[in-house]
Amino acid sequence: MRTAFVETLTALAERDERLWLLTADLGYSVLEQFAARLPGRYVNVGVAEQNLIGLAAGLARCGKVPFVYSIANFPTLRCLEQIRNDVCYHQGNVKVVAVGGGLAYGAQGYSHHGLEDLGVMRMLPGMTVVAPGDPVETRLATEALVGHAGPCYLRLGKANEPVLHATPPPFALGKAITVRQGFDVTVVSTGGMLQEALTAADRLHAEGLGVRVLSMHTLKPLDEAAVLCAARETGALVTAEEHSVTGGLGSAVADVLAQAGAPMPAFRKYGIPDRLHHHIGSQAYLRRVLAGDLAEAIRLVCPRRRLNCRAA
Amino acid sequence: MSQAEHDRNLAQRIRAHVVRMVHRAKASHVGTCFSMADLLAVLYGGVLRVDPARPDWEDRDRLVVSKGHGAAAVYAALAEVGFFPVSWLDTYCADGTRLAGHVTHHGVPGVEFSSGSLGHGLSLACGVALAGKRDGRPYRAFALLSDGECDEGSTWEAALFAPHHGLDNLVAVVDYNKIQSFGTVAAVLDLEPLAAKWRAFGWAVRELDGHDHRQIRDALAGVPFEPGRPGVLIAHTVKGKGVGFMEDKLEWHYRSPDAAQLAQALAELGCGA
Repeated sequence: MRTAFVETLTALAERDERLWLLTADLGYSVLEQFAARLPGRYVNVGVAEQNLIGLAAGLARCGKVPFVYSIANFPTLRCLEQIRNDVCYHQGNVKVVAVGGGLAYGAQGYSHHGLEDLGVMRMLPGMTVVAPGDPVETRLATEALVGHAGPCYLRLGKANEPVLHATPPPFALGKAITVRQGFDVTVVSTGGMLQEALTAADRLHAEGLGVRVLSMHTLKPLDEAAVLCAARETGALVTAEEHSVTGGLGSAVADVLAQAGAPMPAFRKYGIPDRLHHHIGSQAYLRRVLAGDLAEAIRLVCPRRRLNCRAA
Repeated sequence: MSQAEHDRNLAQRIRAHVVRMVHRAKASHVGTCFSMADLLAVLYGGVLRVDPARPDWEDRDRLVVSKGHGAAAVYAALAEVGFFPVSWLDTYCADGTRLAGHVTHHGVPGVEFSSGSLGHGLSLACGVALAGKRDGRPYRAFALLSDGECDEGSTWEAALFAPHHGLDNLVAVVDYNKIQSFGTVAAVLDLEPLAAKWRAFGWAVRELDGHDHRQIRDALAGVPFEPGRPGVLIAHTVKGKGVGFMEDKLEWHYRSPDAAQLAQALAELGCGA
């Protein structure tokens, strides 16, 4: 995803002089193409995330559109107050980009587990929060963020994520993509969980379950209509995110369902439990030990499965 | 009227507005407003290339007031030079006002950035200066800092950045009144040797009496202080300057003057109630 991002940004920046790229000394072997082609609009500020965001806010006040790049929690939690006060309060046109959101840096330890960023960014007034599901969505999201005036957070995976969209889908911020149609249960997925959601959907299809898969690439503003439509048409929802189950996609969807005044669907949040953990390992390992099996979580909410259980 | 008289009058009018605003609102931070009043008077009295009729003029100088708790003095200065009506000052901190107790930009012409959490402003000014530099624009960026916020690590992140990028269109002004929230700077977290620290970071340093208008004006007339380097003006000031019973007193970081104190302050400032 990071390559898709920087290629897209570089191409856009060659046509749009407002676009800058700032990094806090991370992105080695990734950002060089932008730096080489557009050195006048590239800055490595050093290992200084608070200054990174403040600089970007200053640049934005002068009409620039700075993308600021770092990994995991460094461009969000380390400098949260700069994002809140200097960017959001001024409606600054600053795009904060985190590579390695979730558990992509799982073996690097707790400091590199990005499990609260979506929730924290989602709480900031005026912030648009985007977590694309694959490299195709990453390209489309990067273009969309340039076209959107105002603070944005782009949470990316790392490298070598599979392409899940054979052709580019229609893409708009705040509009979920129906990646798989189905009427028994819906998985609302954000970010790199999309691959796992599709894999689970395939497995359950073999068991006779029609699983709808929504790529909820925009957490804020959330596509409430897609959530309510899925609740009405499938009667069961699972949210899937590589993030704490507190504050992120699951909480956002639960808010929508609880306030809709419509019959509540069967509902389950799949993600990282909100408790301190000490697990270290690969992304796949950590997903398994912390979040469990997504297909099983889907079975647990599926009304047809429950009917079958009762019949048996 | 000579330049010196003009500067002095503007500074005293800023102080008089401040003491009335803080009294009316039962607010605080009068001491910090007084220590920076002379700096603001010189900045808005002709150093800053700004135009109150065009607050968003593209090539204006930008002043980032990082010590947001000096808001009353900033609003007073902006009103005095015509960015908005002086009558707005009566609404300071009142319900529904635009004029918050910490510097707020929204709906307030002339304010570049909101502040209030310390240690943010120098980075913002660096961003403004960097944009100007790379675009080849003539404007300058100024950041007004408190001494207390030189405790913040983020201030020093920006202090490292500016010389590395040759931002000689940037001037930091440190209102060094030697008192922070809990006591003297020397007692809470000593900054000395302060000039040597900035110099070691690569800044061109000027030190002066922050209440001497001529010294301030002369220093700020010569920006950049050195080609290729950002400048820092370490302004030695007195908290509460201008009103005897407030000078160098920690309590006037917090207290609001009562009616008698207001009258006495205005009399000392030569601006009768």
